[in-house]
Amino acid sequence: MTLSLGKDLLGLESLSGDHIQLILDTAEPFKEISERAIKKVPTLRGATIVNLFFEASTRTRISFEFAEKRLSADTVNVAASGSSVSKGETLVDTARNLEAMRIDMVVIRHGASGAAQFLADRIESNVINAGDGMHEHPTQGLLDLLTLRDHFKKLEGLKVCIVGDVLHSRVARSNIWGLKKMGVNVAVCGPRSLLPNAINELGVEVFDRVEEAIEWADALNILRLQLERMTAGYIPSLREYNRVFGVSRERLSRVQRDVLILHPGPMNRGVEIDSDVADGPFSVILDQVTNGVAVRMAVLYLLSGGKPELAEAAKGRDEGSVKRKHNE
Amino acid sequence: MSKLLLSGGRVVDPSQSIDETADVLIIGERIEAVGPRVRGQLGGKNADTEVVDCTGLVVSPGFIDVHCHLREPGREEVETITTGARAAAAGGFTAVCAMPNTDPVTDNQAAVGFILAQSARARSARVYPIGAISVGQRGEALAEFGELVAAGAVAVSDDGKPVASAHLMRTALEYARRFDIPVADHCEEPTLASGGAMNEGVVSARLGLKGIPAEAEEIMAIRDILLARRTGGHVHLCHMSTRGSVELIRWGKERGIRVTAEVCPHHISLTEDRVGNYDTNAKMNPPLRTADDVAALQEAVKDGTIDLIATDHAPHHYDEKEREFADAPNGIIGLETALAVNITWLVAPGIIGLPLLIERMSCAPARVFKLPGGTLRPGSPADVTVLDPAAEWVVDPKRFRSKGRNTPYAGETLRGRVRCTVVGGVIAYRDGA
Repeated sequence: MTLSLGKDLLGLESLSGDHIQLILDTAEPFKEISERAIKKVPTLRGATIVNLFFEASTRTRISFEFAEKRLSADTVNVAASGSSVSKGETLVDTARNLEAMRIDMVVIRHGASGAAQFLADRIESNVINAGDGMHEHPTQGLLDLLTLRDHFKKLEGLKVCIVGDVLHSRVARSNIWGLKKMGVNVAVCGPRSLLPNAINELGVEVFDRVEEAIEWADALNILRLQLERMTAGYIPSLREYNRVFGVSRERLSRVQRDVLILHPGPMNRGVEIDSDVADGPFSVILDQVTNGVAVRMAVLYLLSGGKPELAEAAKGRDEGSVKRKHNE
Repeated sequence: MSKLLLSGGRVVDPSQSIDETADVLIIGERIEAVGPRVRGQLGGKNADTEVVDCTGLVVSPGFIDVHCHLREPGREEVETITTGARAAAAGGFTAVCAMPNTDPVTDNQAAVGFILAQSARARSARVYPIGAISVGQRGEALAEFGELVAAGAVAVSDDGKPVASAHLMRTALEYARRFDIPVADHCEEPTLASGGAMNEGVVSARLGLKGIPAEAEEIMAIRDILLARRTGGHVHLCHMSTRGSVELIRWGKERGIRVTAEVCPHHISLTEDRVGNYDTNAKMNPPLRTADDVAALQEAVKDGTIDLIATDHAPHHYDEKEREFADAPNGIIGLETALAVNITWLVAPGIIGLPLLIERMSCAPARVFKLPGGTLRPGSPADVTVLDPAAEWVVDPKRFRSKGRNTPYAGETLRGRVRCTVVGGVIAYRDGA
């Protein structure tokens, strides 16, 4: 029996390890499409996808858009500003209007935790969560897993530490679930004021000192520190944050082995990560971005009903259309 | 004068330690007699007496809810005093106290008079106004307690918001002594609770929602217990939700401090897990807590640390709840499910017996808020609730008298049903009627 993802991708917490494996495996054949001269296959031809972004986003939105366009879907970008409460239309009305336009999929980014679930419960189209509040950002978690797997060739038994503002981070939550389901040992490290109070109950180790985290980990996933955390009083200053929790070349060089560096971006160089680490030999930050497109293509493909075992063939089918285009 | 006979029921009146099969005779607006042979004594004069057969049912002093939000004036599309009073009667409540956080706020004698006038028009459960502690509930200047009480207010509260200023709370407790009214206290330390949408714990960590720690309630509970000790005022702690609060109240009571406390049916039945995937009908303030808190609160109802059960009935328009969790308003309705929730989660599992539940829903509220009722003693107001503690029913919000539909119990099978509610000798509600 073929494993199915169901209607939506809302988070990694509700997925099994097999589901995640399926998405990562499906992403493999899609990687190659982006390396071609003509980066387009007809897999989703005729499908209509709305990218509904209630929060500003550059890289996630562009990554989804490339994934959709490379699969030949018709896409519309909607940049709605602000939460629904203060301004105009409510999310439920937005959902109903989209449904009335007979679309196939919605990619939603929203500032409220649970917004993707809310939408998914109310429309029949597939919903992909591109980040909801402080809850989850599943495709980011998946691309982080794919990048780790590319580098280490396996996930089980790895030690990965998430460093920074876990409290407010949807990337952290998707990483915690995704990594744990794939058998990775997960730790978090950051100021206690930026870790959830009940973090231990999520089944992760906690390091108060970034030096200990570096000593323990095979890879660090360094979170962006939102600058407004300082004004909200969670930390005294960015300078001190860098001094106490920043990942620097000097701190990394104290351990006699390679520690892989991931960062979901956009980076605050000189705050959570120093430039010589971001640009250093163990950084896979740009590989993450490349993998993001392949993972999102895989998710779009699977949710649209594509058979994982046919992913290679589905990709192959477009050779014809690609050639056709060449001939024109 | 009209005569009403509630015949052959199990009469449970903890105020007189009665628990026996008996008749209750009501003449006019008063209880005339309670006893096993009342019907016989009527003899041939039975003809003009309306008889309600209560065989197999429980006859109790009418329930009193000291904490509900009836939304009028200001949000009549959500609830009115009439719909709220009818919902109360359907839930077995013969009297309710309306919190002052309406628009405008009940912070003056005219506003109190308006509520009483609307209540008289409703001709259902009695509605007692609660006045505001501070003008406009702004937490700055004391409202005119004397005028509020003279007009008919039975307590003061800034419920919905905490009294952030310890000085203002101290003054309120001192000043209220002259009028012998409780100061009903919404315990919430505003800087700790700020922006919170649910209990702070593992579920909020999972869902990515800002949490409200138990300490936000407990810090204010102990602050105001200490201020009650300092001032000799009567502080009534509303909607207690944590084990820590129970321990602090116990501490205060052991020292003879004038502190009383209430718990809501949802806090003795549901946990934070009920939020599930962002169900806004499980969002209220204080939030649903943990199983450990629920157990502590149930125990506190049993041992009297918690004096009484109140609903915090808080209707909202469905549009307001149909939105992102963090943006949805706090509160659920409770008048029409309170008895059944209490029976299902307290009596059915054997934590307390039915007489003690009736004590906590009728006698204690009357005693703590110094209201008429809470007893079937001859000469008392004829406020009586007839219930079937064994009847099971499925909660269907569409059938509520309240305009609100926001309940976390929709679709649940609960035990215990109100069959008849008598207010001042008049039948205000009959099941199936």
